[in-house]
Amino acid sequence: MAEGARARPRSDLHAEHQVLNMGPSHPATHGTVKFLIELDGETIVDLEPQVGYLHRGFEKECESGSWYQAIPYTDRLNYNSAILCNTGYVMAVEKLLGIETPERCQWLRVLASELSRLGDHLTRCGAACLELQAMTPFLYGIEARELCWDLQEMLCGARVTSNYVRIGGVKHDLPEAFPAAYEEISAKIRTLLRDFERVVTRNRIFVDRLRDTGVISREDCLRYAVTGPVLRAVGVPLDLRKDEPYLVYDQVDFDVPVGEVGDNYDRYLVCVAEMHQSLRIADQCMARLGRLGPAPVDVDDPAVRWPAKGRVFTRMEEMIQQFKSVTDGPQVPAGEGYFAIESANGELGFYLVSDGGARPVKVRCRPPSFVHMAPLPLMVRGAMLADLIPTFDFLNMIGGECDR
Amino acid sequence: MTAGQGPGERTTASAERPGDHGVPVLGQLLVAHPRAVLETHARLGDATAVVALDQLLPVMRWLRDDPAAAFDMLMDATAVDWLPREPRFEVVYHLYSLARGHRLRVRAAVPEHPGQVPSLCDLWASANWMEREIFDLYGLDFEGHPDLRRILLYDDFEGHPLRKDYAKTRRQPLVGPRN
Repeated sequence: MAEGARARPRSDLHAEHQVLNMGPSHPATHGTVKFLIELDGETIVDLEPQVGYLHRGFEKECESGSWYQAIPYTDRLNYNSAILCNTGYVMAVEKLLGIETPERCQWLRVLASELSRLGDHLTRCGAACLELQAMTPFLYGIEARELCWDLQEMLCGARVTSNYVRIGGVKHDLPEAFPAAYEEISAKIRTLLRDFERVVTRNRIFVDRLRDTGVISREDCLRYAVTGPVLRAVGVPLDLRKDEPYLVYDQVDFDVPVGEVGDNYDRYLVCVAEMHQSLRIADQCMARLGRLGPAPVDVDDPAVRWPAKGRVFTRMEEMIQQFKSVTDGPQVPAGEGYFAIESANGELGFYLVSDGGARPVKVRCRPPSFVHMAPLPLMVRGAMLADLIPTFDFLNMIGGECDR
Repeated sequence: MTAGQGPGERTTASAERPGDHGVPVLGQLLVAHPRAVLETHARLGDATAVVALDQLLPVMRWLRDDPAAAFDMLMDATAVDWLPREPRFEVVYHLYSLARGHRLRVRAAVPEHPGQVPSLCDLWASANWMEREIFDLYGLDFEGHPDLRRILLYDDFEGHPLRKDYAKTRRQPLVGPRN
């Protein structure tokens, strides 16, 4: 018997490819997605991402409610950066309405967006470390994200599902204690970020797992409409905050970091650099908001933005107006519009169609996560199974946004 | 519903000839494909061209390859259901040119029967998943698509939920595990 086993040719060992189902709920992926992987030993021959596990009919729900009622659904697109999703949708509606929000509102939106982006990148980098077996940097990252969410909680009362941005304004202005809390918390975040980088950026194991894995070329990025940090990591400085400035991004100083080869390590470096840029923008927002002083944060248009609660409870007209706003919401002129913002993952666009009524005909969300899942097989074909983990992490697929 | 928005009314009501509305790429498109472009507008700053469905593929190929247009990215593809108007559907594409930094929206009306749209998979790889999503949620058929399957919903799902005649409260039959 021993003779027979020895005589067996070695090629028999991996004569057939093995098909592995990974997910939809796997401890090494932070996203609800299933991979159908064809393996030759530990080498990925082919991979098919299967998405849709978190599909909850976002577009259908939006089409059956008023324009206002879609805002809480946009929170649930991306649990890490709800305010960015709010902003994208609301600004698309404002584009159809043809209204411009007051200056103070725009600075508040930029501030909230950057805190949101910071939290998103912290999760991406922290969770990537966790899934590469490094618990400590994950805890640094998550602690910093918790601090971001503390600020967000002061701003809008919620840590995750913010529902902060409103059509024609924001929920309310900064609370009085916010500037002092920002000073303290932003310093803490900077310290944590420095610690995080010290543990991770030049860590031999981390660098070996990330360098030259998950590479995608510039041409493939364009063919697959890849945007955001993944595109910037190949050296294309496309950032809608610079290229098509919205809000007050043209009045703040910040740089667009880019990578060179487009591997996971470049994506990591781009994300870390963007976190510093986000803090830099947030600092400028706080300084400007301090200089601007008290000013309205909502458009002065009763057809769009409902009145402050204090007046609703004491005056007749405002109460009627509140009633009308809540039951009907704004009437949006007939037409179509596409508005895209630079979200933490890339271009988050909303294409809205109105027939002039109180309900949208069409609310299309262009989700970067969904678009970025399509070229994943290109990035991992021929790589080891273990390389799938960092590649998937740095694409930062968010199930809520991908599946809607 | 107010007038002048559905594709049916657009074709009858648009007596004025399509123009460039101050957008260079619309002007160049009109010169290159004068018969294919049915309507243009640049309302709200979004340059838009409505093209005939049978000319969609050559127009898109021109938009990708001509150096004046150079739309190297298909950012988004989606559909709109205009029930009860005819033609019922409309496909909407959003293009972006990294080389030139401009955008264009291209729309084409699609009748419910046969509900076929030429696939753009050969032009931009991103069209693959986006067209699968439109097939999944609107039930439009993309001719020449290499792998037209449902993407967000499961294979046994009945109907196409983003069609306006799909009731939000409709229930689906329970499906068991398949082995």
